This record gives sequence, C-alpha cells and structure tokens, in this order.
Amino acid sequence: MNVLLALVVAVLFACGTWLLMQRRLTRIIIGIGLLGHGANLLLVTSGGIGGRAPIIGADEQGFYADPLPQALALTAIVITFGVTAFLLALGFRSWQITRDDRVEDDLEDRLVAQRSAPDEHPEAHEEPTEP
Amino acid sequence: MSALVPLPVVLPILGAALAIVGGRSRDFQRMISLLTLGTVLVVSIALLVEADDTGLVIHQEGGWPAPLGITLVADRFATLMLVVSAVVLLAVLVYAIGQRGEEDERVSFHPLYLVLAAGVAGSFLTADLFNLFVSFEMMLAASYVLITLGGRPDQVRSGMSYVVISLVASTLFITVLALLYAATGTVNMADLSGRIDELDPGVQAAFAITLLVVFGIKAGLFPLFFWLPDSYPTAPGPVTAIFAGLLTKVGVYAIIRTQTLLFGMPDWMGTVLIVVAILTMVVGVLGAISQDDMKRILAFHIISQIGYMIFGLGLFTVAGLAGAIFYIVHHILVKTTLFLVAGLVDQRAGSSRLSEVGGLVRTEPIIAVLFALPALSLAGIPPFSGFIAKFTLVEAGLGDRAWWGVAFALAVGLLTLYSMTKIWSGVFWGARDEEPRNAPMALGRLGGSVPTVLATAALALTSLAVIVWASPLYEVAERASLDLIDPRRYVDAVLGAAP
Repeated sequence: MNVLLALVVAVLFACGTWLLMQRRLTRIIIGIGLLGHGANLLLVTSGGIGGRAPIIGADEQGFYADPLPQALALTAIVITFGVTAFLLALGFRSWQITRDDRVEDDLEDRLVAQRSAPDEHPEAHEEPTEP
Repeated sequence: MSALVPLPVVLPILGAALAIVGGRSRDFQRMISLLTLGTVLVVSIALLVEADDTGLVIHQEGGWPAPLGITLVADRFATLMLVVSAVVLLAVLVYAIGQRGEEDERVSFHPLYLVLAAGVAGSFLTADLFNLFVSFEMMLAASYVLITLGGRPDQVRSGMSYVVISLVASTLFITVLALLYAATGTVNMADLSGRIDELDPGVQAAFAITLLVVFGIKAGLFPLFFWLPDSYPTAPGPVTAIFAGLLTKVGVYAIIRTQTLLFGMPDWMGTVLIVVAILTMVVGVLGAISQDDMKRILAFHIISQIGYMIFGLGLFTVAGLAGAIFYIVHHILVKTTLFLVAGLVDQRAGSSRLSEVGGLVRTEPIIAVLFALPALSLAGIPPFSGFIAKFTLVEAGLGDRAWWGVAFALAVGLLTLYSMTKIWSGVFWGARDEEPRNAPMALGRLGGSVPTVLATAALALTSLAVIVWASPLYEVAERASLDLIDPRRYVDAVLGAAP
C-alpha cells in the first residue's frame, strides 16, 4: 500500500470520527460521509499497488491490478451513497420538525432518571442550553 | 435440490419489485407479499430437510467455483434460522395487514418488508464475507426506512441514532473486510478459514475482536447495546416485533458463524465471550427493571437474552452451541409474540405504559392469555420452550465448569420472571381503566382485529409446538453445532464442490 494513500485514509478516518462526536446533525452526517470514503479508499488500496488497469493484457509487461477490491469498492460506494442520501433526508425531516439540528436526548431515559430522583430540583434535568 | 438455495433471497427481491410496480393497489401488494413469504417458508422447510439429510446444500452462482464466484451454503444452522425467520416474517406480515396503520397508509411498506426478508435470508445463506456485508446492508437499509415510516418526531429522533450507529458498524465492517483482503487475498469464508490460520496470532486476534465488535453492535452485546432500547419501541408495532425478533439474532448468527468458521474459537476468545455474555445478561435485565413502558421492558430483555446465546457460544462445546441454537429459535418466536401482544395492548388501550394501562385481564382475556404463554416461556418456567432452552444451556455450562456463567444465568432468569410479573400486574391486573383515550375503533370480542389476534395466536402456538418437538429440534441443533465445531466438512464442501 502506498504511504500517501494510507495517510489519506488515516486523515479521513480521524476527521470522520471527530465529526461523528459532535452534537449537530449536519456534522454527524458529514462525518459518516468521510468515514465511508476512508473505508472505501482502504478497500481499493487493499488490492496492492495501484495505477494499472484491472484487465489482463492491458500492460506490455503483463501486470494488471487486482479487479476484486475495485468491484467490492464500487458496491460499497453505491451503498454508502444511497444510505447517505437517506440520512440527509432524515436530517432534513428532523430539521423540519424541530427547527434545530442538535441531536436530542432520549425522552424515556430522562423520565426514568426523574422518577428515580424525585427530590431533586426539576431544573437539574433541563437540557443545558447551547451557547 | 441446490437450485432451491438462492430462492429465499431472490423471491422476496422479485416480490418487492412487483409490489413497487403494483403500488396502486394495496390488495395486490398484500397478495404478492403473502405469496412470496409463503413460498419462502415452504422452500426453507425443504432446504432444512435436505440439509439435515445430507449435511449441507451448496449453490455456486452462475457456475463459478468457490473462491472466485458467489457461493450460497445452506447448512443445518443456516436453514434452521431460515425456517424460523420465515415463520416469523409471515406471521408479522399477517398482523401488519390486520392492523390499520403504516401498512395501509404507505405504499412502501410491502416492498421494504420484502427487501428486509431478502436481506435476512441472504445473511443466513451467504458463504462470503463481502456478501454478508451486502446482505446486512440490504436488511439495514430496509430497516432504516421501516423504523421511521411514520415520520413522527420521536421516530425521526430515535431512527437517527439507529441509522448512525448502524452506519458506524457497517463502516467498521468494510474496514475489516479491506484489511482481511489485504492480509489474505480472499473474502470467501471457507477459503479464509484456512488462510487466517497462517497469519500471526496477534493479527488473528485483532481481526476476531473487530469482527466481534461489528456484529456485537448489531446484536446488542454488552458495551454496544445502548442504541437498541431507545430505537426499537418507537417504530410501528409490527415493525418493532420483527426487528426485536429477527434483526439482533442475525447479528448473533453472524457472530457464531464468523467466530467458529474463521477463527476456530481460541481459548481466550471463549473466556472473553463468557464474560461479555454475563455482563450482557445482567445489564439487560437490570435495565428492564427500571423501565415503565411495556415495549421498553421487552426491548431490554432482548439484550439480556442475547447474553444467553453468546454464553452458549463462549462454552464452545457441542452442548453449549446446541443450547445456543435452540435458544435462538425459542427466542425469535417468543420475543416476536410478546412484541405483537404489546402492539395489541397499545392498540386496545392507547398506550403501552404500565402506569397508564390496567385491568386488561377482565376486558381482554384473550390478549392476557396470549401474553402469559410467551412471558412464562421467556422467564424459563417449565414446561415452556424457554425452560428447555435455559436448561440445555445451564447443563452445558455445568458440564464445562463455567460456574459463574451458570449462577448468573439462573439469577437473571429469576429477574426476568420479576419483570414479566411486573408487566402482568401493571397491564393486566389492577384497576380497570376508564375508556381508553385514543383507541382508534371498537375492537370486537377478540380484543383486536381478527388477523392481528390470529397471527399472534399462531406464533404463540408455534412456540408451544417447540415444546412438543423439542427432542427432534434439539437433535438438529446438536448436529448443527457439530458442524460448527468442526468446520472442515463445510470448508471441503465449499472449496472442493463441482459446480
């Protein structure tokens, strides 16, 4: 595997993971996209040294790239594409409903937490307002 | 006979295409779905009989031999899962048709449901890690849409976390696939089985753990289960039932398949799995105790039950694996029935919260009976299937001297009984409620529309049938686990088979 490509994969994974940790939905979606790109790139590079066509006899020396990872990457890209589109639609729907793209807490979790600590002040369970 | 193998995957996809084309007429869609899943059930039973006779049935797609082409393998474990999932899919479909709601209002329900069925069948049958990924994605993509079908605010919120978590797992899966291919040069599981042995033990361990994490997220294993109780209960009733019954078990199936076939379960992995299993059991059942909503209690119990299955795998003895397989069969049937009952309660009383519903045993005795049977079974009361399943696992644990596992399995069984009595006293006993606030319609004497009650009853009866046929079923599970412990036969058959 080429060092440059390995670096690109690493950067994509790092940025994707960081964005995934954010509270804002748009960032999470972009993060998922970056992670997906990183994984697909890794899949392509797993076939060994690139730069040649995956066709027998395309090269005078008889070298050709391994076609399987490319086929796999193609499938994976299509899947990532479709799912990202769905995720964007879902994010848009969420924005339509709440006019806010922050990810909310699980309501039931908070109800359970409130029931187990009835003496506390109700303000303690208010969602902290984001600056 | 081997020509039957692709049918459980191909038929639902064709059905989905037809259901899209005929989207104008709901009756046409219903007919297509019922016909497709009915045929899949028949084909699955035929495959099970054939696989149990001959060991396994192989189909090489397009006649390309194994490591190159796409191979589908129907062995005992896979076909057993296939039959149970076909039964459940069919029953839930009937339920969905009988319940007014998403099925009736949305054009996309039937196509999605069929694609989900195809994905589940594909995950069971594939002999190829990449196709496992594709089948998982098929199943998950359909589930993403199904879980948010109503577009309600709570569905969008919980659906979002479900989709994101699943996507992270899928991305991790592709990453492992890429690294495995780089290390071994193949994605065929039978081929991998031999080639992974040649790798450095540390590298093997890294692959084994990462794959466990990937499928552990889908199965809801201990540190990775947090998304499950949050997202399942908000989906439409029948959808929750099928997710709860089937989807996590596909994850468990993938864990069992990959750990036994690819990595051969080294000793340390057995220990890791038993510890994880105990934690999963305990945390799941404790989570259930603190909940107030019937569906959420049941959702936490899924997690706790997954622990039992993984415990069986962790023992890695014939008895342990057979117990795990038996447990999966029992669990899929019982859990789906319980969620269908929760749907019936929800429909009848307008809520599934214990604090809001009460006294249903007098107004709806049939629903009460339909709840009591699977609930007792889930808690492991003799003579129900849950008792047989737990008994085989505990016996296997004792045989392998896994004392802690056995102790926790028994204690968790007791706590499960506690939760079930909690639902019973909250929903079925207690003061009778005033008329439900938003019950959609008069529901008649059965307590629900005829197809919904019939479908639930049929599933409850199937889980009773498991008691009657427990002995032959356990023998099949035992033969299946022998195949899993010694995968040489599987490997030879896949790699050496003539097209």
